[in-house]
Amino acid sequence: MLKKEVKAIFEKSRKWGWVLEPDAKKILSLYGFKTPKFGVAATEGEAVAAARKIGYPVVAKIVSPAVVHKSDVKGVVVGIKDDETLVRTLARLSKIDGFAGMLIAEMVKGLELIVGAKNDFQFGPMILLGMGGVGVEIYKDVSLRMAPLKTRDADHMIQELAARKLLTGYRGSEPVNLNALKKTIVAFSHLMMDMRDVVESVDLNPVMCTAKSCIVADARIMLKK
Amino acid sequence: MNLKPLFEPKTMAVIGVSASNDRHPANVIYDKNNHRYPVKVYAVNPRGGSLHNETVYPRVAEIPAKIDLAVIATRAELVPDVMADCIAAGVKSATVISGGFSEGGRGDLQDRIVDMAREAGLPFIGPNCLGVYVPFRVDTFFLPIERMIKPEAGGVTFVSQSGGILVDHMIKFAQQGVGMAKAVSIGNKAFIREKELLAYLAHDPATKVIAYYIEGFGEGEGREFVQAADVCSKPVVIMKSGKTAAGNRAVSSHTASLAGDYASFAAAVAQHNIIEAVSENEMVSFCEVLSSYTRPIEGRIGIITGSGGHGAMAVDACSMAGLAVPEFSDQTKTDIKNQLTESVRAIASLGNPADLTGSAVDDDFVACARVLAASPEIDCVVVLLLPYIPGVSLDIGVRLSSVCRQSGKPFIAYVPHVEKYNMLIEGFELNGIPASSSIEGAVLMAKALARRQSC
Repeated sequence: MLKKEVKAIFEKSRKWGWVLEPDAKKILSLYGFKTPKFGVAATEGEAVAAARKIGYPVVAKIVSPAVVHKSDVKGVVVGIKDDETLVRTLARLSKIDGFAGMLIAEMVKGLELIVGAKNDFQFGPMILLGMGGVGVEIYKDVSLRMAPLKTRDADHMIQELAARKLLTGYRGSEPVNLNALKKTIVAFSHLMMDMRDVVESVDLNPVMCTAKSCIVADARIMLKK
Repeated sequence: MNLKPLFEPKTMAVIGVSASNDRHPANVIYDKNNHRYPVKVYAVNPRGGSLHNETVYPRVAEIPAKIDLAVIATRAELVPDVMADCIAAGVKSATVISGGFSEGGRGDLQDRIVDMAREAGLPFIGPNCLGVYVPFRVDTFFLPIERMIKPEAGGVTFVSQSGGILVDHMIKFAQQGVGMAKAVSIGNKAFIREKELLAYLAHDPATKVIAYYIEGFGEGEGREFVQAADVCSKPVVIMKSGKTAAGNRAVSSHTASLAGDYASFAAAVAQHNIIEAVSENEMVSFCEVLSSYTRPIEGRIGIITGSGGHGAMAVDACSMAGLAVPEFSDQTKTDIKNQLTESVRAIASLGNPADLTGSAVDDDFVACARVLAASPEIDCVVVLLLPYIPGVSLDIGVRLSSVCRQSGKPFIAYVPHVEKYNMLIEGFELNGIPASSSIEGAVLMAKALARRQSC
């Protein structure tokens, strides 16, 4: 059963066909996923206040029902260190088609993974794990399973990745917290089962994984037509 | 839903026989079953009369017996009426051979017969199919008897959305010595689908391996099928076509683009302990080996060969298939060496593959096989047997299978398949060792055993 707040978000997002990032993150935090601290601002004053509350450096992203792929319209700016850059960024992003605000979020670091879901016609919700970031469709280093998943399935998915060594510590880099990653994948598969009637596909990309935790840095939820 | 009358009918009505055209599908089906199979066959045509001096009944209801299986081969528009007759007469199962339903834009006609059958609880196969073939029992394929290639009776049941692919595999199975339990062509699979057949075949004593050729599942149907296959104690093998069709559909999320229809299919199938055959070659090899051996292996292969080249080819194929070919320990090498004939001992190289050379005789193959059968270093033996080696006799198959049976470890043979070597090949196959006609095929068999997970 979906929580009431979540149903309300889906209701409101129906006209766009997808859920805007701040709402998607709200859904995820309601279900216990870790997300970076964030605020949404439309004016200079709001932006500066939000950024100071979170603490520089921050990342700024366009919020617009017309922009599904933010990077494609240069709608993501990382590493903003001061008020001046932030205000300049707001001025530029506010000119983008459908501007509905600027999301300001804590900068998180880690190994970039993608955790996704697709509502398959024949098999229902399928869960995807792969190397994330903007290169996801270039490297295509992914593993797929039918939801819902058990911890063992999540384990197999990690083992299937060509880049699995990057997760377990490669050339002196710290290994990521595999338990946290498996928990994220399994919990996400259950959330997808709950959302299967309304959701077509989901990209959590990137999910930032470190030795400590897995944080969903961006989320896109596409709704069924 | 009871499918037994469909596969083991005692009485059968063939509906739609022609008085004038003996090549009409219904006539072919009537003729090939009448007096040939242990089933009483009745011909039906609204005009009545007689066919080959036997009565043609105007309606199913007028047949003086309860009908287990009705084979419907009339024009599509007439099928709903015929089905109503069958239901009224208490027919227990049907196959609708006729085409001209959803595949020809008449989904409405198909929906009508499905609704009728569902309400009446009449299981039917099709429409637009060949129906069922069960060795020594029944054959509803409208292929003239002299044109059919029938494999030996055996353990594989093949269920296919395509009749043509099914008949082709019967030919391949016959060529390769793979025995069949049943062949089922499900066509438009309007009512009985893969899942219902799985439920029946899981408990069918004749069926050891369940093989499917699948073009696609309906909405959510794939999920139900793989979950059912996962808990089935028999190996399930699937071959899929249409892997590339939906690849270029525009999608707006990365996941939807990466988790395309076929990628999702392959992942869901593998996750649920179903063995996917990606080619016809794999299909035949997998079916053959899984009807011989049920226990899975980890995939440590010991290779015995009479030629270095064959050994090297097999090692490459194993490596491609994700199988290990571990170097034998010194102890194992010594054990083999001590038992070889003197002339071979001096020239054999025993790393893995164990290359016994073209000078080897039966005793060398058997001695080497005994050591490997007992060795914990490997869990499957692949024998590359060249019948043209002068020291190899016709007895080699039966002698090696005796070693295989005693050890309980799976043996797989490669023997070139030409008529001249048939008795040698049968020495393997009739004694339980699957023999492939190619090195690659033999390795694919080992791969199938390694894929199969224990339940």
